[in-house]
Amino acid sequence: MSTHSLTQPIVHMQGVVKRFPGGVLACDQVDLELYPGEILALLGENGAGKTTLMNLLYGLYQRDAGHIYLRGQPVNFRSANDAIAHGLGMVHQHFMLVPTFTVAENMVLGQPSPRGPLLENRRTVAQRIRQLSEQYGLKVDPEAEVWQLSVGQQQRVEILKALYRGAEILILDEPTAVLTPQEVDELLIILRGLADDGRSIIFISHKLQEVTSLCDRVAVLRDGRLVGTVQTAETDRHQLSRMMVGREVLLRMTKQPSAPGKVQLAVRDLHVQDNRGLPVLRGVSFEVRAGEIVGLAGVEGNGQRELEDALGGLRNVEQGQIILAGQDVTNRSPRDIFTAGLGHVPSDRYETALLADFSVADNLVLETIDQPPYTRSGLLNRTAIADNAKQLVKAFDIRPAAIDAEVGNLSGGNAQKVVLARALSHQPKLLLVAQPTRGVDIGAIEYVHQELIRYRDEGMAILLISTELDEILNLSDRILVLYEGEIMGESTADTADVETLGLMMAGTRVD
Amino acid sequence: MHWPGGYGDKRIEELSRLLTVSFFAALFASGIRLAIPIFLAALGEIVTERGGVLNLGLEGIMLAGALAGFMATYYVEQSANASLLPLAPWVGIAAGIVAGMAMGLIMAVLAVSLHTDQVIASITLVILGQGITTYIFRQQFGSLTARITGFETLPIPLLSDIPFLGEVLFSHDIMTYLSSLILIATAYFLAQTTWGLNIRAVGEHPAAADTSGINVTVTRYVAVLIGAGLAGLGGAVLTVAQLGIFNENITAGRGWIAVALVIFARWRPGLAFAGALLFGVANALQFRIQALNLEVIPYEALLMLPYVLTILVLLRKVNKSEAPAALGTPYVKE
Repeated sequence: MSTHSLTQPIVHMQGVVKRFPGGVLACDQVDLELYPGEILALLGENGAGKTTLMNLLYGLYQRDAGHIYLRGQPVNFRSANDAIAHGLGMVHQHFMLVPTFTVAENMVLGQPSPRGPLLENRRTVAQRIRQLSEQYGLKVDPEAEVWQLSVGQQQRVEILKALYRGAEILILDEPTAVLTPQEVDELLIILRGLADDGRSIIFISHKLQEVTSLCDRVAVLRDGRLVGTVQTAETDRHQLSRMMVGREVLLRMTKQPSAPGKVQLAVRDLHVQDNRGLPVLRGVSFEVRAGEIVGLAGVEGNGQRELEDALGGLRNVEQGQIILAGQDVTNRSPRDIFTAGLGHVPSDRYETALLADFSVADNLVLETIDQPPYTRSGLLNRTAIADNAKQLVKAFDIRPAAIDAEVGNLSGGNAQKVVLARALSHQPKLLLVAQPTRGVDIGAIEYVHQELIRYRDEGMAILLISTELDEILNLSDRILVLYEGEIMGESTADTADVETLGLMMAGTRVD
Repeated sequence: MHWPGGYGDKRIEELSRLLTVSFFAALFASGIRLAIPIFLAALGEIVTERGGVLNLGLEGIMLAGALAGFMATYYVEQSANASLLPLAPWVGIAAGIVAGMAMGLIMAVLAVSLHTDQVIASITLVILGQGITTYIFRQQFGSLTARITGFETLPIPLLSDIPFLGEVLFSHDIMTYLSSLILIATAYFLAQTTWGLNIRAVGEHPAAADTSGINVTVTRYVAVLIGAGLAGLGGAVLTVAQLGIFNENITAGRGWIAVALVIFARWRPGLAFAGALLFGVANALQFRIQALNLEVIPYEALLMLPYVLTILVLLRKVNKSEAPAALGTPYVKE
């Protein structure tokens, strides 16, 4: 808007540089201006430097070069406390709330108390929270303990916390990643209301749709550099994605209609408990057939992880049955399930799939290391292990193409390729892929998606568990929605619409 | 029933000698006394662990506090100045706290600043405490049997005359009474003060505390120092207020029992007091039965009682969510 040339920016970052130990240049001469009352999107892929840039502004990191001006004055925040004192508030991607504390305790944490060493009176604090929450439509109970709240509510607490501390400038780091579509809509309304009230907002995201519908201007980062800043009104999603990735991206995969064959996975009335012993899957039943991708959608924490564990043999099944390729594998060992034909690409790559300080070659044979040709007469056959690795590194384009590299040093995308390559090299009957593109750069996402579709076309049965709705919509032939441990409904790829899926993700049963 | 010259008569006779009111009064009174050092160390450890630092070095810290308390009291008592005499045990108590905090400072530097593995750092502390107290004690006292007067028993007027309860609750030394105040103060500190909230926050979610502007390092130092100070106090109470002597390894595992108590108490000060009483009474019981010289139970078996109890206590299944979430994890800024 032309008015911006008349007003002074409230935040002005100039030539900001941040280099991490090891030489990674996370921010390279970035200029950024934020004007009062506007919502500025900070758009970029994972690892583009968005969060680092904001941590520099918020005083969590110290910059190596450049200047930051706040309301025209140069500032140099040494800690988050400095930033808070100057009217900044940040809502982190991973919530910075103490789960065992009440909402009110989280508000006053780190704040000076008028009663000296004693904490501020509970009632006064609660009163002030209620006032703020009414003013901005952020409804929460001040006395509730945070762990009892839903993710959407916790996010409201985060925003309230910033407002409670007098933030005029709000930074939100990927705030929609954990929300249902309806919760996203509510959040966008709240943010618009805050901006109309004169607060300035920086909205970090890699989702083009939200950025275009919410923000006034968009600043695009790529590889730590500012690619450009554009008015939302004067751009479109294709231009933005080009700026973000450096080339056109397929926004939608093209694929042949599926040709489902025989049932490879049948789950019947599955009941599973979580780590606290509470029921987390409550009578889940579904089937996956050869040659189809079944997508399991849902907001994180509705039993996806436990379902994944139960299918992989990592969690006890209380009741119900899992039939894999015609064989009952309920409560069998992971080894038995692997032998029965499960290929598992776990959601937590470094926890359950990879040994970070082992080489690529060793990681590629983890499940079969004790069998010929990799082990003969109790001795490892290094040549066979290396041959297998060379072949898979080439076939899956794992970079760097060094089979001795430690897996922990690979990028997220390449580490994921190692997991995928290993799972597929055993020709599984059923491929279980959970959050396959989490922490993976956009180029590798495309690759992973294409591979999944290719194997589907070759007749593999694939169960895709993902919290990314776009991914589910792109890949799945059938879509199931998991909510609080129950399947809310099913739709096919052609008939699925975001609205209905969103309702199911929020717990409405749709038949 | 008559079993001439039989074993049964003797057992009944022994039991009847046991089960008298005065026996129980003495048992509980000495149970409370024996509970205090363990309780203070466990209370301190609760503060430390609530701050996210696992300090298993209580045994070493208590030993340091015990020797420092003993020696400070001894030298003040030996000094010719009689007017200083009533002050002597207080100097000893202060010295115990300071010695404990000095040990805590080592732990804090290792665990908080240098991000050392906390189990290893705190075991180093135990070995250091055992080694250094043995060395200093032998070097200063040799084979001499040194005694200190310490605190006198301080029966509370009127209250101590109440039958039974008077002996159990109101006929102790001053440190025992003070310990109940320390319990209340510590529980209040953790729940109601800014510092208490900060300590709990850095133990549950240090990154959240950091982004709220709390200095995680300083807060954890404070938590470790308070904890170690209380453990040092526990050691000093043992020598200055209770035993009046020092021996090598005089704490005899009390520090380890305190660590176990923290888990039993689910990181709550009040429960730690209850748990310590349980150990105290068990310990008192084994002393009493030994003194009665019963033949039916070998005294070696009774010596095991507190330690067996520790094992039993640890068998209780601990729900993981009860422990501070960041316990034992160094905080490294990303």
